[in-house]
Amino acid sequence: MTYFIIIISAIFVNNIVLSQFLGICPFLGVSKKISTGIGMTGAVTFVMVIATIVTYFIQKLILEQFNITFLQTISFILVIAALVQLVEIVLKKVSPPLYQALGVFLPLITTNCAILGVAIMTVSRDYNLVEAVVFSGASALGFGLALITFAGIREQLDLVNIPKGMQGAPIALVVAGLLAMAFMGFAGMV
Amino acid sequence: MNQWKNFSKGFFKDNPVFVMLLGMCPTLGVTSSAVNGLGMGLATTFVLVMSNIVVALVKDFIPDKVRIPSFIVIIASFVTVVEMVMQAYIPALFEALGLFIPLIVVNCLVLGRAEAFASKNSLGSSIIDGLGMGLGFSMALTMLGSIREILGSGKIFGFSLFAESYGMLIFVLAPGAFIALGYLTAFINKVRKA
Repeated sequence: MTYFIIIISAIFVNNIVLSQFLGICPFLGVSKKISTGIGMTGAVTFVMVIATIVTYFIQKLILEQFNITFLQTISFILVIAALVQLVEIVLKKVSPPLYQALGVFLPLITTNCAILGVAIMTVSRDYNLVEAVVFSGASALGFGLALITFAGIREQLDLVNIPKGMQGAPIALVVAGLLAMAFMGFAGMV
Repeated sequence: MNQWKNFSKGFFKDNPVFVMLLGMCPTLGVTSSAVNGLGMGLATTFVLVMSNIVVALVKDFIPDKVRIPSFIVIIASFVTVVEMVMQAYIPALFEALGLFIPLIVVNCLVLGRAEAFASKNSLGSSIIDGLGMGLGFSMALTMLGSIREILGSGKIFGFSLFAESYGMLIFVLAPGAFIALGYLTAFINKVRKA
């Protein structure tokens, strides 16, 4: 039951993009087409779950044991940076078209605050390992849900006549606001 | 390069928030009030200036292949400093900004300036660039924070402007952040092109 609540909360109620404001850069940057959105979601899910597991062990076995939790930010970001490199190498070999599609945004997963944010949240909420995995997976799905929905809307936006001043970023932000409003409907569910 | 131009580009021509759309997460996440926006902006400015200084100083010693990880370590060190100082001296703001303080480390703006500017330019220019960009970022966050605070709760920097009953709660909540930033960006773009 607790796992169920964690999942529902991470995907809908406290959606990582639309109510926590994490991972906005890829949310705005790679949401022009649904297909790239799906690829980005895959990469983020993979990195996020592994990063959360690795940082969980670093926190418990190293930082807390030696009483050096103030090094959390530095150590976490280094682990994430290394992981992203790994994903990049694997993806280049396994799926070149996807690698091409994600392009510049793959290295940018390092500076995707959703990854570091989830790792830190896992620690501050004192989750155990299973809860941490569930939470990070569900957060990544929430990210994917928001990103792909948003990409779908933006594909439609290309077809309509938008006032000149609102083209590009402004209309995307307003649409994201409306989407966030829709997600607010889930508030109070958990 | 003209140093004044170098400094002032962060405010208007290349404003990190309105024009370059960098550092969106803290921009949206902490601007529920003007004070939070300003605090976040200044904390980021400090990290930006310090990391620009160090990157400009060590750029000749770092091999090209490992420069991004090195920059991240430099930035993370200063973020840790900011984190500890804020926790000690301004705990209220530290609580309000919460998760977004350690997340300065992944603010694209900081890494972006280190990579695009400080690693190619002299120490002096890098300091001015960091200061200009940081203050431009602070200005944008304070503007957005003020607008959301005025619309959302009828206050600015905590002072009431309207009657107690006034307030469009939506602007303090998540959707208001996106919508306010969207219209503000449209407005700034309009002014910039005119």
